[in-house]
Amino acid sequence: MSNANSNDLSFVRTEILPERTPPTSAIGVVGWMRANLFSGWFNTLLTLLAILVIYSILSVILPWLISPTWGAQSLDECREIIASTFGPNVDKACWGVINDRWIQLLFGFYPSELYWRPILAFILLWAALAPVLFAEGTPRQFLLVTALYPFVMPWLLWGGTIWTPLAILAGFAIAYGIVRLGASMIGTLSAIILSVVVALIWWLLVAGPLAGQLQSIIPLALTEVTSRDFGGMMLSIVIGVVAIGFSLPIGIILALGRKSNLLIVKALCVGFIEFIRGVPLITLLFVASVLLNIFLPPGTSFDIILRVIIMATIFASAYVAEVIRGGLAALPTGQYEAADALGLDYWRAQRLIIMPQALKISIPGIVSTFIGLFKDTTLVSIIGLLDPLGLSNAIRADTDWNGIVWELYGFIALMFFVFCFSMSRYSMYLERKLQTENR
Amino acid sequence: MKKSLFWGALTAAGLAAGMSSAATLDDVKARGTLNCGVTTGLVGFAAPNANGRWEGFDVAVCRAVAAAVLGDENAIEFVPTTGKTRFTALASGEIDMLARNTTWTFSRDVDLGFEFAGINYYDGQGFMVPKELGVTSAKELNGATVCIQTGTTTELNLADWFRKNNMEYEPVPIETNAEAQQQYLARACDVYTTDSSGLAATRATFEDPTAHVILPEIISKEPLGPLVRHGDNQWGDVVRWTLNALIAAEEFGITSANVEELASEPTDSPEINRMLGTEGDLGEMLGLDKDWAVRAIAAGGNYGEIFARHIGESTPVGLARGLNAQWTEGGLLYAPPFR
Repeated sequence: MSNANSNDLSFVRTEILPERTPPTSAIGVVGWMRANLFSGWFNTLLTLLAILVIYSILSVILPWLISPTWGAQSLDECREIIASTFGPNVDKACWGVINDRWIQLLFGFYPSELYWRPILAFILLWAALAPVLFAEGTPRQFLLVTALYPFVMPWLLWGGTIWTPLAILAGFAIAYGIVRLGASMIGTLSAIILSVVVALIWWLLVAGPLAGQLQSIIPLALTEVTSRDFGGMMLSIVIGVVAIGFSLPIGIILALGRKSNLLIVKALCVGFIEFIRGVPLITLLFVASVLLNIFLPPGTSFDIILRVIIMATIFASAYVAEVIRGGLAALPTGQYEAADALGLDYWRAQRLIIMPQALKISIPGIVSTFIGLFKDTTLVSIIGLLDPLGLSNAIRADTDWNGIVWELYGFIALMFFVFCFSMSRYSMYLERKLQTENR
Repeated sequence: MKKSLFWGALTAAGLAAGMSSAATLDDVKARGTLNCGVTTGLVGFAAPNANGRWEGFDVAVCRAVAAAVLGDENAIEFVPTTGKTRFTALASGEIDMLARNTTWTFSRDVDLGFEFAGINYYDGQGFMVPKELGVTSAKELNGATVCIQTGTTTELNLADWFRKNNMEYEPVPIETNAEAQQQYLARACDVYTTDSSGLAATRATFEDPTAHVILPEIISKEPLGPLVRHGDNQWGDVVRWTLNALIAAEEFGITSANVEELASEPTDSPEINRMLGTEGDLGEMLGLDKDWAVRAIAAGGNYGEIFARHIGESTPVGLARGLNAQWTEGGLLYAPPFR
């Protein structure tokens, strides 16, 4: 247009200039570095200092880490390899110990021909968790796996007859049936009480002999593995996963109980939470390992891992309960009033209005409690269970590997980091996914 | 006895059978496995190998007892115990015997209600120092910093000994042997003190063991041995005489190699015959069969063989027999007669 009439003087540019590439100092690596690392003399100084610190750390650690000792059979052999390759007085890692013992650090003393069982249990764990963790995108059929997993996992890990978990499962089915049928006949509360009583009688008196009978008719059993064979990372994961799985629902119930208007329920929950939180976990573990042995009649075989799991679960539940109470307290009263105004009864209000919001608020706290619990599982080494840390001590007691410290701790730290970091990342993903307001 | 997790959970609330644990021997036979308490790991004395099989000097005692009672040296459930849990584990019946380098003391024997079945290792507390310090006697350690494990008898022995000799020291408290090694090598302390067997094992792991000396002074008596509960004398006898059989076997020259041959027919030594069951009925008196000692010796060899294999001079631990030689060779090992 401007060319059409050259007399038309315009003071503004009428055509758009062609896009030009930004100056090289503003894009790419250079641009990123200018913006993030060297934007001003102070930041430049900090960057240089940080590089110096990182370099001085890595220059010590990396040469130590890179060490051709993977195939060594003992610490002495490691030292020979290092001395012959790098000359005397060179400090390097001895990775032979990891090569020799990594399977033990993962599985403990679990029979090697049965490793498929914990591995399968671990894979099924993800299948069972999928509908809970990644709610959308998972077929609903996976919920069945989730429901059955608590029965399948102990069977896979400890072995024994399949009729035992099935008999236990039947107890739940019976209880459910009584509630469904009895609710109309004798009222909901009586039906629930009756179902609990019947289920307890079933489990204590009927299920055991029944499982034995069925086993003698149709033998379907896996080789039994005793709890003393559990060890290493597997032990930590078993204790951690079971305690995490049970402490969340128990924690929710405790938190609700603590906010309840019913005096006795409230007193019980407050007492439980405050008592458990007032006692160090290590004390509970000692009670599990030592005191219970003295109180229970001699000859009672009350599985040591089960004792530890129970203690870890009640410990974590108390903390989770307080975290969730924090979430409940953060909800505006209007939410409760709105639920009441809609005519929802207590449980519906909790399920549809209160809990989804309270739990969302509590996610970071809950997950950090879980991470703490998972790391606390290493405390069981104090009562003589061979978790990774306990095993590291046992491995050092082998004359071949006596004197090795950092390699073992480093490997164990790496394993724990993988799990804890994934949990942490997952919690952040969950928070982002559930972020529904203020966007 | 079928151990099931589920029934454990559901019945533990108090329905358990109040079974008396007086007859440990019968329990062990009925169970088919021996529950033996060991350490969670101590060089040369007890440690699991890469296949999870427990090995060591203390473990060998467990294996001998299992072989004598059950005829299978592998019919053992090893229960790792810590210094804090070992006595309750034994007292509560979780384990049948404890072979965990435990010092025989008056109060443990009398007050805690245990029965020491004998002594399988005579230990004592010693000192290790770097050679370059030029110290040749523990009496020259005035003013030294000492790495010491807290909560052990070694801590009390050290205080007693330094006070007796009018010397001062600065303790560096540490928790485990591994920590002690690191602290000592990093020169956080001049001296490391613990049982001399432990010192030898620790020194053997150093890059240059010759740069460190173990001082000649032994400042305490640490007789280590297997123990059982008070009040079950039959079981105590089984453990005691199994240990004695291992010690006597060395004295008589019975080894794992020749025990089968010696037991096949009576020899011209009546005591060997009585021990190996070709004469008399010592096994029946114990509540076992006549081959009990044969199996115990065949499991891991006699005392000397066990010593040489796990902690002797040819191993990295490299302990000399010293006090643990037979009485005929100037040591303290003296098995009562098999008669």
